[in-house]
Amino acid sequence: MDLIFQTWPWYVSGFLIGMVMLCLIYFGKTFGMSTNLRSLCAMTGLGKKIGFFDFDWKSQRWNLFVVLGAMFGGFVAVHFMSNISNVAINPDTIAKLAQLGIDAPNGKLLPDALFGNEIFQSPKMILILIIGGILIGFGTRYASGCTSGHAIYGLSSFQFQSLKAVIGFFIGGLIMTHFILPLIF
Amino acid sequence: MKALKYIFIGFIFGIVLTKSEAVSWYRIYEMFQFQSFHMYGIIMVAIVTGVIGIQIIKWKHLKDIKGLPIEIIAKEPGSTRFWVGGIFFGLGWALVGACPGPIFILLGAGFLPVIMVLFGALFGTFLYGAFKEKLPH
Repeated sequence: MDLIFQTWPWYVSGFLIGMVMLCLIYFGKTFGMSTNLRSLCAMTGLGKKIGFFDFDWKSQRWNLFVVLGAMFGGFVAVHFMSNISNVAINPDTIAKLAQLGIDAPNGKLLPDALFGNEIFQSPKMILILIIGGILIGFGTRYASGCTSGHAIYGLSSFQFQSLKAVIGFFIGGLIMTHFILPLIF
Repeated sequence: MKALKYIFIGFIFGIVLTKSEAVSWYRIYEMFQFQSFHMYGIIMVAIVTGVIGIQIIKWKHLKDIKGLPIEIIAKEPGSTRFWVGGIFFGLGWALVGACPGPIFILLGAGFLPVIMVLFGALFGTFLYGAFKEKLPH
């Protein structure tokens, strides 16, 4: 039973993520989560005004089903497959977070400082989450892919363009973690 | 019935991303602090699995579920878009600790504040669509 509740090791998780991608390839599809954001925008009828959203989003409906399943999977994993031993990050990381005033995981996936329901009372935190989202939405469409489409699918198929994007992801991530987060918190 | 297999694959994906904690803000922070191998291990094993699978597909000329030849879709040409877009995404990834897949997974799991990230991400996607022609690719 421990196998279900403990953190799944990287070699098991990585293998399963690779297999998920290969299954989608076998279904004649591709692996990319951020495309769904474009589909969701197109579903609102934005295509009438902006050419980028004027495409047949129904051809991407399969991917929205993947997302729907993933939401359900997240629900099951968090509510029925978790325990207090989870998210056992490096104690040095916890010490660094304490300096920023961010709470330790103690089994939680997300810090209360950013994702507790109290943040709805904090305009600053709401703004941070929205700005983070804008960077993700804008960046993934500009780079035409995210972690799944570039880091996993793109690099697995030896695409040089994806390597550029992934290096970009890390440049951005390192700048945020080391220089900007300490200014925000 | 067609939808069911996609929902099932997504379901597995959601469980694996949650149980591996790749959806965790903490794991992303720890990764960018280089204080754990966990996330690097996940990404590397996923890539190695993918490389082996795709090589087998090419070598054996495997067909997809409908019997059609399997094609790997090539990324668009260009350079600026990948560097600049990549950096934008990286900034957001490290700030809110979620890439697009986990945004949906965390919402499904019931973390309500993540809805703000989704609103932002949809607005960011809209902004790209609106200014696409003016951006260097």
